[in-house]
Amino acid sequence: MSEENETTVEVQTLPLDAWHRRKGARMVPFAGYEMPIQYEGIVVEHNWTREQAGLFDVSHMGQLMVTGEKAAEELEKLLPGAIASLKPGRTRYSLLMAEDGGILDDLMVTNATPWIEADEEAGTEGHWGEPAYYLVVNGAMKWDDIAHLREHLDDDVTLTHMDEYALLALQGPNAATALNRVMRNVIDDMIFMDSVTHDFGEWPLRITRSGYTGEDGFEISIPAEHAESLCNRLCAEIEVRPIGLGARDSLRLEAGLPLYGHDITEETDPVSADLLFALTKKRREEGGWMGHEAVAKVLAEGPAQKRVGLDIEGRMPAREGALVYSGDTQVGRVTSGGFSPTLQRPIAMAYIDTALTEEGTELEVEVRKKRLPAKVTQMPFVPNRYYRGK
Amino acid sequence: MARYFTDEHEWIDLEGDTATVGITDFAQGQLGDIVFVELPEVGTMVEKGKDAAVVESVKAASDVYAPLSGEVVEVNDSLEDDPALVNSSPEEDGWFFKMTVSDKSEMEGLMDDKAYKSFCDGL
Repeated sequence: MSEENETTVEVQTLPLDAWHRRKGARMVPFAGYEMPIQYEGIVVEHNWTREQAGLFDVSHMGQLMVTGEKAAEELEKLLPGAIASLKPGRTRYSLLMAEDGGILDDLMVTNATPWIEADEEAGTEGHWGEPAYYLVVNGAMKWDDIAHLREHLDDDVTLTHMDEYALLALQGPNAATALNRVMRNVIDDMIFMDSVTHDFGEWPLRITRSGYTGEDGFEISIPAEHAESLCNRLCAEIEVRPIGLGARDSLRLEAGLPLYGHDITEETDPVSADLLFALTKKRREEGGWMGHEAVAKVLAEGPAQKRVGLDIEGRMPAREGALVYSGDTQVGRVTSGGFSPTLQRPIAMAYIDTALTEEGTELEVEVRKKRLPAKVTQMPFVPNRYYRGK
Repeated sequence: MARYFTDEHEWIDLEGDTATVGITDFAQGQLGDIVFVELPEVGTMVEKGKDAAVVESVKAASDVYAPLSGEVVEVNDSLEDDPALVNSSPEEDGWFFKMTVSDKSEMEGLMDDKAYKSFCDGL
């Protein structure tokens, strides 16, 4: 038996390291940290998240706070999405762009501007405080992101790395039920991409209704020293079980969500990556952000290749790097793929020559010199179930 | 019938000149949920230490090496419909293939049950 081992330098541990080990996790190096790949088994955990609620430790991710009067306009120089029009308490998916149109990272931006209550003694009305934006970036990219932001953000804007915070994700159709029971209806009127601060006893939390599984769910930022207690509180609920990185990957693949470093990289632009929704229409046209010129050119000329989903016939999975053919011509490459536990068949994301990206186009994927029939399909592979209100 | 093990976590049951090959319980535990097994075709000549089969778990594909040299004479067709047999019964129903053994001297260096157990304990 052989398996490729990832080589990493100086693997660090995260706040919940001991908790994972007590829960029986198998730990592996990921993004520079020891992370739980699985507890009971990837398929069981995957299915549990689709049916109940899974608790993920994603504390390897970078949590950043950007504050200052000019925070929004400064961020808009680096991100192609509308930040200035993002209302307090709302979250948006965005991209950190390179000058040449490549993607440096993908991230979530939340307008975290605090509401300052009226103060009768001081004679002040209730008002919004100093603009603040909460960013969640990829673990493996966070140091590069911080350097990039420090280099390009104006000095009047403050960037804080919230490295004393852990990040948990509670995902699944019963996530809201479980969280509401633990926190007494705190999230009752939140919809997908809403974000609130909440003092749970003495623990200051930020709860955002978002995630990376395609399910309804929440991401909870918490001071690291309380993370273990919160995990225990959540896992005491009958719906909640800890879920490892293995299932996180199969869940996000089914949800059609790209993984940075694989499906999107510095070599891919947002048009080819089919992430145009992250580029607000107005900002797409007006520009004023790093990489706009290069991306506008791709938009005008059309991308050479596009990221699409592939349904693969049979049971043999096609993994990252597998080449895609139309007849004898190589027309693309798989960027992530695997066996879908929900659909019980192999699925993949691939970059394919644009002319062949229409839904239903029949192609072949080569795995170990065998050609597997594959069909271009809509993503997500498994319908998402975000909560958008009653 | 004697059972032998390799340090690549395969087991071999030797009966006369025929060997049945599979992966061990330890190996299936490491791999996790198995979703596909690619077996060699009957008649394939395999060489000790070279690729003979591929086992795919949810997260990765892993090669299974031939523990001995010889000809594949039978494969476990039930793995095609039910690859999870490798998880549920790795050392019985989840066998991979049967092969002739062309050179019995290749058996030297294989571990017996006890040696394999202490090998795994040391990992």
